[in-house]
Amino acid sequence: MSHVRNNLAASLAANAGAAASANGHRIFTEHIVGGFGDTTVLKGISLRIAHCSLTAIMGPSGCGKSTFIRCINRLHEEIPRAWVTGKIILDGQDIYGADVDPVAIRRKIGMVFQRPNPFPTFSIYDNVAAGPRLNGLRKRHALDEVVEKSLRHAALWDEVKDRLERPGTGLSGGQQQRLCIARALAVDPEILLLDEPCSALDPIGTERIEELLVQLKKEYTIIMVTHNIQQAGRIADRTVFLLLGEMVEEGSTSDVFTSPKDPRTEAFISGRFG
Amino acid sequence: MKGIANARRRKFTNLIAMLVMVTMLVVCLIPLVSVSWTLLSKGIPAISLDFLTNLPLSRQSGIGNAILGSLLTLLVASLFAIPFGLLVGMYLSQCASSRLATPTRTLLDVMSGIPAIVVGMFIYSLVVRPMKSYSLMAGGVSLAMIMLPVFARTSEEALKAIPETVMEAGLGLGLPRWRVVLQVLLRSALPGVLTGFFLALARVGGEAAPLLFTVGGSNFWPSHAPAELARLQPLTEQVASLPLVIYEYAKDPRPAKHAAAWGAALVLVVIILAIRLSTHAYVRWRYGQQGAH
Repeated sequence: MSHVRNNLAASLAANAGAAASANGHRIFTEHIVGGFGDTTVLKGISLRIAHCSLTAIMGPSGCGKSTFIRCINRLHEEIPRAWVTGKIILDGQDIYGADVDPVAIRRKIGMVFQRPNPFPTFSIYDNVAAGPRLNGLRKRHALDEVVEKSLRHAALWDEVKDRLERPGTGLSGGQQQRLCIARALAVDPEILLLDEPCSALDPIGTERIEELLVQLKKEYTIIMVTHNIQQAGRIADRTVFLLLGEMVEEGSTSDVFTSPKDPRTEAFISGRFG
Repeated sequence: MKGIANARRRKFTNLIAMLVMVTMLVVCLIPLVSVSWTLLSKGIPAISLDFLTNLPLSRQSGIGNAILGSLLTLLVASLFAIPFGLLVGMYLSQCASSRLATPTRTLLDVMSGIPAIVVGMFIYSLVVRPMKSYSLMAGGVSLAMIMLPVFARTSEEALKAIPETVMEAGLGLGLPRWRVVLQVLLRSALPGVLTGFFLALARVGGEAAPLLFTVGGSNFWPSHAPAELARLQPLTEQVASLPLVIYEYAKDPRPAKHAAAWGAALVLVVIILAIRLSTHAYVRWRYGQQGAH
């Protein structure tokens, strides 16, 4: 373990050139290169993500935002012909290490997708209980507790507490997305990945999710892909700007928005492309 | 003026088209209504409690053992068809790009085209001859062989209809792929899978051809003493079957047997209709619009 840490520290010092100690940072990505078949989508992304923060990854369509966060929970590799190289260090362990089980990684890292995808024919209760149940939790009252806690965390409990047995697909789009957040929270992840969670929602649904994320970042490390520049500006602590698979800029949201270092970032933020 | 003439012509054409369609509809309905009417008018007089519960050779002869035999044969067929059909359906939907998928599909399509009587002969040489006797087992296997392609393909379609995002959500929760398939996808696809299963069951419920050389027919109840049941003895015995009873009785010169054949036919149709309608009602009730077909 310790030599892994040493290697990590050494390579980070070389790579990021940072005096950045591991203090307060949970995730380090080191020169992530990935793609599908002959196409290279990500061209070397190195990033540090702080504990209990919200990082927004923005960029125009096709820049590799989704591919990048899907590398973080090793979901990318589930697509036929997908490949990735580089290192992602989570709490000192390379999740692409030879002895790492991707399934165990995904249990630590919850994910919410672009379109709400509650399990069809599952009730609201069963959707949230699915993760804990399949991980072996069987006792009814323990499950009840997890379901209530997760739904409360996802700010959905008050709206659905009287109809937990109704199908999850019967909820509105915004409610379905919060249900998916509750489902992800129910397995007690430490990190939450969100892939454009509001792209299929109306403004009111979007606002609810944003409020929720601001609450959740107090307890979880959140990485969110967004197509929406204003959204990044409203709720993210740090913002990453990707363009054609390269990381153009990374910094605190206020810095990136008020004094971008790269002219391409400025052009994107001021709406000249994207 | 011209506009009005046009409108008239349109209305007239419409009327003609309507008439043609309604006539065709009536023509199509004639056989259905006629069959139902004949079945009901000739079948109902034959039906009584004795008819439904007695053995053929008792004083008030009945088809009780044939009803039970048919249900048992369908049960055995389901026990074979469900696991095989589901596994093949899962394979085809989850490993769609595997090298064996296309040949498997072709094979299933060929299988569903095999005439039922050929299936019966095949099972005769495969099961009946080695066992040296007609049996419930052989009948069940031959019906399962007819159910399998139908059920496997409908399961495949039902599983494929579940969006890829559901699989991703399951994987994202930290479940291995096989558990997502078994515990999430299968359950999500259950309305479609159930509908496919009961359609296949209703399809084979009325088959006589595959049973001719397999179940053998019988005038008695299957063994039902606890010790015999524990040895699964009924599986190796000949059993009666509704379609076979209809076939036998219809050939018989005696009018009483003809009446019994009509009664048995009505019972068979009612059973199949009940399977169809109750599935439909159940899927609707349990899964709402998502499951309605």
